[in-house]
Amino acid sequence: MTTEGGPLKQTPLYAEHKKLGARLVPFAGWEMPIQYAGIVEEHRAVRTAAGLFDVSHMGELELRGEHAAAVVDYLVTGDAAALDDGKALYTCACNERGTILDDLIVYRIGREAFLVVCNAGNRDKISAHFRRAAEDHCEFEDCSDRTALLALQGPRALEILALAGKDAAACAELKSFHFRDAVVANVRATVARTGYTGEDGVEIFCPSADAPQLFRTLLELGNAKGLAPVGLGARDTLRLEACLALYGNDIDETTNPLEAGLGWIVKMNKPLFIGKEALTRVQQAGTARKFIGFEMTARGIARHGYPLCDAQGKPIGTCTSGGPSPTLAKNIGLGYLPAELAAVGTEFQVDCRGKLIGAVVVKKPFYKRNRGAA
Amino acid sequence: MSDKLDVRDGLLYTKEHEWASSKAEGLQVGITAYAVDQLGDITLVNIDLKVGDTVAAGKTFGTIESVKTLSDLFSPVSGKVVKINGELETKPELVNEDCYGKGWMIVISPNDAGEKDKLLSPAAYRDLLKSVDH
Repeated sequence: MTTEGGPLKQTPLYAEHKKLGARLVPFAGWEMPIQYAGIVEEHRAVRTAAGLFDVSHMGELELRGEHAAAVVDYLVTGDAAALDDGKALYTCACNERGTILDDLIVYRIGREAFLVVCNAGNRDKISAHFRRAAEDHCEFEDCSDRTALLALQGPRALEILALAGKDAAACAELKSFHFRDAVVANVRATVARTGYTGEDGVEIFCPSADAPQLFRTLLELGNAKGLAPVGLGARDTLRLEACLALYGNDIDETTNPLEAGLGWIVKMNKPLFIGKEALTRVQQAGTARKFIGFEMTARGIARHGYPLCDAQGKPIGTCTSGGPSPTLAKNIGLGYLPAELAAVGTEFQVDCRGKLIGAVVVKKPFYKRNRGAA
Repeated sequence: MSDKLDVRDGLLYTKEHEWASSKAEGLQVGITAYAVDQLGDITLVNIDLKVGDTVAAGKTFGTIESVKTLSDLFSPVSGKVVKINGELETKPELVNEDCYGKGWMIVISPNDAGEKDKLLSPAAYRDLLKSVDH
């Protein structure tokens, strides 16, 4: 995560956050709302009704031209070249060592046009990486500064979106990881059926200048249906329950996607992509450690960086994310353990600042929404 | 959540946002409304000491954890722990609900009755909050 000095950047919704009484904190070089009413209350709103997030700090990169598909495909582990128009793909970009530069969503706008969304903390790195690869092959533009991104998430998200006009209502037909342009609350936007909470919902791209109107209108429209503005605090607890990896915590340039449980986003049968050779070797040798989910069995909360230890207290792994789960009312965590000690049911201890507290490996994810008939 | 600038008269305060209240058996200690507001939803209170243990002024006597973060608890004075609020072990939310009452944490019998005079008065603590909160 980049933490260089200098003034913090503000999203186009900064004034809205202030008006809503948000607590703003520095995050990846941005001044972002960590909470409005409170993390647990916001978390519950997303699980039971809906939440609206400002994630405009994320980076948006566009690649256009005849060879754009080939360039993107070379840079990511997933099968970007096989995407159809209006379809998105969760994937990652690796370096030659096969470790993760960033996790990404790639959108195919058209046969010769792709959008890549990266993490805020990796924007400079990924932007430079893609720009370099695009050189002489296709057009490249970093659109992050003129693009806002809102996430509308929760079981009532689509119902609320439908209140924002006919075109918005039609977005309910989008399948998971599909997207299309749509007018939402009189704003020309792009709506994608994606998210980072474990709930159904959409993410909405729009020009920065239109973001305040869109944000305010959605909050007004959704108010009676329980829509709440949600900060990064609850975004973290929601994604933790859903076992969605957080770059900088769970994955980084020291982890490869295979050990991180992201083997499904690596297409080893692709002819060529950065990191393929290294990942082939990892695959042949087998991963030495495994990304696991765990529950505390005694009183204690595991946090990022705490050592995971065996019965004798010897460190055998690391907690990469941890905290209380508001939905489960348990203390949960994610981390890496040696592959032979990673089976569900394996007991170990977490070194919580010098105190060894019991924990057990459990099945991931901790939380899975009820998909019901929808 | 209560008003984060709620500072009660009749109590003494630390720069680390603990309060201390003079009781018959010693100084009762808890954390202020401002600290509670900063922490958010409190999920765990760990008192690392037992009744009878000694603690030095400015040293930690435990930790408090919220959904998002962990924070140390500092003793306002040096002395001996004479009481611990065991109820917080199962009901940490009492600190959110009533930080100046049911959310108290420990009672310390001070070695030096004069030491508490070094703590902040309500007026001084209010000034401190004005300078840190904007």
